[in-house]
Amino acid sequence: MNYDLIVAGASLGGYDALALLLGALPENFHLPLAVVQHRSVDSDELLSTLLRRACRLPIVEVEDKQPILPGTVFIAPANYHLLVEKDHFALSVDERVQFSRPSIDVLFESAADAYRDKVVAILLSGSNEDGAQGIARVKARGGLTIVQDPASAESARMPAAAIAGAEVDHVLPLAEIAQFLNDLVHSSEDYLWHGRSRQMH
Amino acid sequence: MSKPSTEMNRDGGDLDLEDIEIQLLLEGVYLHYGYDFREYAPASLKRRIGDLMRDEKVASISQLQDLILHDPACFERFIVALTVNVTSMFRDPNFYLAFRTKVVPLLKTYPFVRIWHAGCSTGEEVYSTAIVLTEEGIYDRCRIYATDLNEAVLKRAREGIYSLDYMQNYVSNYVKAGGRAAFSEYYAADNDSAIYRSSLRRNVVFSQHNLVTDRSFNEFNVILCRNVLIYFNQTLQSRVHQLLYESLGKFGVLGLGHKETISYTPYEKNYEVLEEGEKLYRRVA
Repeated sequence: MNYDLIVAGASLGGYDALALLLGALPENFHLPLAVVQHRSVDSDELLSTLLRRACRLPIVEVEDKQPILPGTVFIAPANYHLLVEKDHFALSVDERVQFSRPSIDVLFESAADAYRDKVVAILLSGSNEDGAQGIARVKARGGLTIVQDPASAESARMPAAAIAGAEVDHVLPLAEIAQFLNDLVHSSEDYLWHGRSRQMH
Repeated sequence: MSKPSTEMNRDGGDLDLEDIEIQLLLEGVYLHYGYDFREYAPASLKRRIGDLMRDEKVASISQLQDLILHDPACFERFIVALTVNVTSMFRDPNFYLAFRTKVVPLLKTYPFVRIWHAGCSTGEEVYSTAIVLTEEGIYDRCRIYATDLNEAVLKRAREGIYSLDYMQNYVSNYVKAGGRAAFSEYYAADNDSAIYRSSLRRNVVFSQHNLVTDRSFNEFNVILCRNVLIYFNQTLQSRVHQLLYESLGKFGVLGLGHKETISYTPYEKNYEVLEEGEKLYRRVA
């Protein structure tokens, strides 16, 4: 199990979920995370400022062609779609997708195309159906899909739509998603360690 | 690994079949029609091609290629799908506020001002600039060159007719951008549509220009190129930045979109930031 990128999406009720999730990540978390949180056109940097208080990792509002760096949380800027290329982000001002710009589908689908089975996609609380197609694409490309348990979500519609649309790998309450990500880091640390010790022999 | 083997090419390489089909399509379009999309940013390009496939009701990019190469009308729709950028009046009002307070004072020191709106799309931001220049009393000595590669959007920009609903939504943008009059003074309303006063268009030249393949055509005091370069890959971005750089006079001003930056381009050192937080740069070398 070896991943290169985590993508996460949230809408209504998603801010608290995001803050909790990101807040549970340790300082040495080494994967890049890209996040779409639905918000108003002119909300500007407020979301990043708030998340910075909750999270130990650096929080960055993406600029066009910004390199994808480990251990960093990249936030989709207001009024732009966030897309993933092979080693950097790109932005677009194309029409809204699922009434949203940034759209979770756009982030997830481009991540699935660029990173294939090296992507972990996490869909949190929300009141529309953005993200369902993205989850399906990540799944089809061999990536790992995690959806917040609708029963534990402030708004169940978005996670429920994703679960209905694809064979999601894990449906978990929020606290367990955070734990899952931490385990992911540790298991890949084990992987690195064993890989290294094998080389030494 | 759960990756299905059909998604890999024979070398286990990086290209899947869709990527190969896109390359072939773009190569064909370039050879047959002369439009070069080969260095557009892949992810957004792929989405736009996917949207067109749905509209054209084809199941594969190869089928789309067949239509585009053999049916010029389909090619026109392809150009629209790939090049029309969504924009609005006073998009990012703070940018226009900074333009008014930081750039206009510089422009007032020149006897004549040339402004290039590169990739003006349907023209909303051209009229926004014209309104600022009018309110600041310098429009009469300005000439705005508004260009786009797409003739269809240029036609709409030239007409200056927009949906009245939209215009009413733009009022708050206008106010936040430092507007000094009533926004409705700038257009005449008619049922569902609004048409801008011809005085705003008086010093605007709309013409076709392709940033990818055409050269510079003048030396400018200001170049505005907002949310256009995001659709290009880094190689093409660098080339277009060279074109913009060479088209700016000394101390000329470059304005980019809110989340665009010159940081990842070779021309970073040739500009200084004119207004922190807004993407307004001044050519210093």
